[in-house]
Amino acid sequence: MRVYVEGVGIAGPGLDGWPAARPVLAGLAPYEPAPFVPRPIALLPPAERRRAGAAIRLAIAVGSEALAQAGRDPATTAMVFTSSSGDGETVHEILCVLATETREVSPTRFHNSVHNAPAGYWAVATGSCEPSTSLCAFDASFSAGLLDAAAQATVDDRPITLVAYDLPYPEPLHQVRPIEDLFAVALVLTPQPTARTCAALTITAGQSGVAAAPMRDAGLERLRIGNPAARALPLLAAIAAGRSATICLEAAAGTAAKILVEPG
Amino acid sequence: MQPLALSHMCIVSSVGFGQDATVSALESGRSGLRPCRFESIDLPTWTGEIEALDNIRLPAAYAPFECRNNRLAEIALAQDGFADAVRAAVERYGADRIGLFLGTSTSGIAQTEHAFRARDKLTGNLPDGFHYEQTHNTGSLAAFMRARLGIMGPAFVVSCACASSAKAFGNASRMIASGLCDAAVVGGADSLCLTTLYGFHSLNLNSPGPCRPFDAHRDGISIGEAAGFVLLERTPRDDADRVYLLGVGESNDAHHMSSPHPEGAGARLAMERALGSAGLRPRDIDYINLHGTATRVGDVAEDNAVFGLFGEAPARGSTKGHTGHTLGAAGVIEAIISALAIRDGLLPGSPHTETIDPAFRGRYQVASERAKIDRVLSNSFGFGGSNCSLVLGRAH
Repeated sequence: MRVYVEGVGIAGPGLDGWPAARPVLAGLAPYEPAPFVPRPIALLPPAERRRAGAAIRLAIAVGSEALAQAGRDPATTAMVFTSSSGDGETVHEILCVLATETREVSPTRFHNSVHNAPAGYWAVATGSCEPSTSLCAFDASFSAGLLDAAAQATVDDRPITLVAYDLPYPEPLHQVRPIEDLFAVALVLTPQPTARTCAALTITAGQSGVAAAPMRDAGLERLRIGNPAARALPLLAAIAAGRSATICLEAAAGTAAKILVEPG
Repeated sequence: MQPLALSHMCIVSSVGFGQDATVSALESGRSGLRPCRFESIDLPTWTGEIEALDNIRLPAAYAPFECRNNRLAEIALAQDGFADAVRAAVERYGADRIGLFLGTSTSGIAQTEHAFRARDKLTGNLPDGFHYEQTHNTGSLAAFMRARLGIMGPAFVVSCACASSAKAFGNASRMIASGLCDAAVVGGADSLCLTTLYGFHSLNLNSPGPCRPFDAHRDGISIGEAAGFVLLERTPRDDADRVYLLGVGESNDAHHMSSPHPEGAGARLAMERALGSAGLRPRDIDYINLHGTATRVGDVAEDNAVFGLFGEAPARGSTKGHTGHTLGAAGVIEAIISALAIRDGLLPGSPHTETIDPAFRGRYQVASERAKIDRVLSNSFGFGGSNCSLVLGRAH
């Protein structure tokens, strides 16, 4: 499958938006991991803005950034959301309440706890009736999302936006599923090159057992290992540097992808 | 889309284990719904519980995956010769040429609910022996099935609330069309847990009795548990006995997180896209398997969408009165029920529905009936406004 990257969104410690992150990932500027401070999301109506948790805001932020770069109306592309652990804070709150006598779950928390909550909020915010899906494959969630998005772009011959995000759980779940820091990335993929194409990706699947490429910078490598969505970093580094590279995404739950990146 | 054969299927729900038990329940109008006795729950509601899940265990080699949801998948795999059929397909195609696309909404979260009740009083830690990755994580169903069936192709879980396992058919058809795999195991499992029972209770969506889809006095859903899996293959279309996946349509409501669009605009769009993908017109459909969960607003929205697109003609009905609303598994078990309806010439009825709401239009199927059925459209809608319609039918 061959798809073209038209826009990138990124959010993480010291990686606040593609224009700022690009020279860092290209190795032209030092990586300084400062805590990521999410900005209010203009796209969300006030009621949804109040109800949206951190995971939803993070996913919407990177999706909007990537589509703005691509110069596309967010209501016009299909979406693939992917995350290993979804909204861990909301799930934690529900589990705590269910361990009490009263078990009085908040209705807003309950509907926010579904894995596709960001997709639902995205559709409400953008008014998009285009299809979306919400995937999970534990540590391989990013590569699962990339395979599905690339298949949709090529089979349905349409642009598609991939959003991958992961945030830490509160304790005690953090102990059994440590996710370091928060990270999110969005890629607008098209089946044909456009004036805004910044990279071409040739993707093949089924490369089980291949080693994933590490990041050269120790801080970025910690982020890559620590956060499932940040498994995208080597791919983003190649796009940022505008160089050809072959990237292997590891096969934790069965989904492996080998990606040949070429400058657009 | 290119039609894909449903070459093997397995199904488990509160009405029974396997295709034969399911067909006999559909024929006789038997319901699996009973007053809720699940765990320590004291809610005034009914559920479609599979009691055997309390007593079985996974084979020792899969012990870390032990949870209600994976046990449910394990029971399903043992029905209708399904696991053997998949293993034969693995031999035929090669393990890395078969994909695995599965839906669930809550995965093995019941395991974490137990663990949170057993937290260490001093440290707050979870008890030893809790396996997050293999149980709680949304991806665990795919990891378990991959290990159990020896599948090495692309594998992931689709979690779009109650549309999950219907949408997985879309992922599979695109993955096969893209050449990433030659065949796919599609399906899903969702099992009872406190999260959904108390969650739907907080939204006042649980019926105090058995759910009564499209009834004038309907008052909410009955949550059920179920699993179903299908082996999808690109085989020649001239096999008259086979049922094929002919079309998939997906859309978003873009309206509200937990209420459907009142006119059913998103639902209608999904149905139109499914017909478009199958290259069919509304009059080509013989039976519509409704989402029909028996909430006040959900059934109205779906009636608006179905009447708007199809008018009075095709028979329509919800099978939720048999199985309850099995959430992330509803899409696949109703796809399988639709395929069985086509194979056996059986229009399913709607147990517990007594007085059809006079506001609804079209022919709602209350009692099961023999009929020739060539093509079915099956609806699944979920929280977040996620809609999916499937078209299944014979090859022509």
